[in-house]
Amino acid sequence: MQAIQSLAVVGAGTMGTGIAIVAARGGFKTLIFDQQPGHAQRVVDQAMAFFDRSVSRGKMTVPERDEVIARMHPVEHLDDLADVDMLIEAVFESLKVKHEVFQALNRVCKPSCVFASNTSTISITEIAGGSGREDRFIGLHFCLPAQLMKLVEVSRGLNTSDDTFKRAWDFCEQVGQRPVQTQDTPGFILNYFLIPFNNDAIRLVEQGVSTPADIDMAIKTALGYAMGPFELLDLVGLDTQALLCEAMHGLTHERRAACPPLVKRMIAAGRLGKKAGIGFHIYSDKKIFGA
Amino acid sequence: MTIITAGLSRSFPQPTQELRARIEGDPSLMMFLGDQAGREYGNWLRSGEKGYRDLDLVLIELDLDCLGEHTGEADGLEGSTVLGFARYLLGQEPTPLIELVRQTQSPDQAIVKARDCFEALGYKVAVCADRPGRIVDRLIRPYLNAALRRLDDGLASAKDLDATLRMGLGYPEGPIALLHRMGLADHAKRSAKLADALGDSDFIPARRAQVALLREKER
Repeated sequence: MQAIQSLAVVGAGTMGTGIAIVAARGGFKTLIFDQQPGHAQRVVDQAMAFFDRSVSRGKMTVPERDEVIARMHPVEHLDDLADVDMLIEAVFESLKVKHEVFQALNRVCKPSCVFASNTSTISITEIAGGSGREDRFIGLHFCLPAQLMKLVEVSRGLNTSDDTFKRAWDFCEQVGQRPVQTQDTPGFILNYFLIPFNNDAIRLVEQGVSTPADIDMAIKTALGYAMGPFELLDLVGLDTQALLCEAMHGLTHERRAACPPLVKRMIAAGRLGKKAGIGFHIYSDKKIFGA
Repeated sequence: MTIITAGLSRSFPQPTQELRARIEGDPSLMMFLGDQAGREYGNWLRSGEKGYRDLDLVLIELDLDCLGEHTGEADGLEGSTVLGFARYLLGQEPTPLIELVRQTQSPDQAIVKARDCFEALGYKVAVCADRPGRIVDRLIRPYLNAALRRLDDGLASAKDLDATLRMGLGYPEGPIALLHRMGLADHAKRSAKLADALGDSDFIPARRAQVALLREKER
């Protein structure tokens, strides 16, 4: 079995940024690619801001920060990913988009490269089916914010090889994450429960039962959760929640997974959550979470 | 003014000195406690006792009942200085949360007064409309039922389900551990009542909860 030495993250959004931080912090040379020019560099800038806060809080030294940042390499061309040992995709939650991305990557990457998807709802077997390397394909679902949360849901597709599973599992452990094996079912474990739970909370607001602030406070106080459902939704992004609902409801047809109309209205109004400065709550700080 | 207790109170089984001092030290405030609180409020109202009109706030403890059962409703225009409340319990364990129940026309002054009263005693107050299950039960009962159903489906072991939600979301405990803390049979009872009240199948207790309830009844 060939161990993973170098890694690429494809997609420079919130999840891609968190995964790149985890990989670089874990000692891996980490290439970052996004089809939007400049977005890969933005990941490094955000990582620097994240680690600056870690330094200011005494969690790491300046040389340690610089060492981690030096492992992060933004690249502008797919061809630059030709030699990586593993690639984690964190692009738009659409089967069609993911197939297009993986087909392009399959033409470029070396045959031994393991393809991983950070999808949280779409079937790994289905994505793998359009990747050109079903046996070297696996689901690695990091949790938001990836730079802080230790869990990775590891899901095999029907044709994932044992070797691929082992390499991906070992990688997770090497970067200090806690892998949990899940079935290739919609939402795996985490989102199967989280998406309907958050939708139920949104419906309470739609029905005038309570306000986001009071619901967040009630859940945190009664259950000891670190974040209320609306704080989490704002962090995930309302546009992402809509996509997650679409993907999961499309597969399961479970009523609770259907996107509440309020989410669509908020997206139309630009109230996407923390990244927009306003969602269910108002934010003055758009920096990524934690240190 | 006073606390009138009728039956067993879930929120305050033994009212503290602080609670008594707070309520009894305020001549414009009255509290009905116990599982018969709403009925006792009705009796008190019918008795025509003087002073009702002078009260700024009457608090009625609720369980799975709605405030409207005790105050009456008026085509969406109901609301007075009478509010409902319930301290949230995880099974038998009290939490610091008070769900404060208002009606559509409940005056803001009454809500502010009630919130101030509970917060002064160290509780956190979430205001909600007069609907079955209020906030927390409306959200967690379907989640807990789903967890039990997926456990039956073999999605993952109870240990992995709990570990995933704990590590992935930072929850202090997963759904199965939470259910054990709350009591499976208690969950079945409360979820079944909400299923009836809301007509929502997601509240129908999952098989494992129903089994626990049956076994409890047999004992």
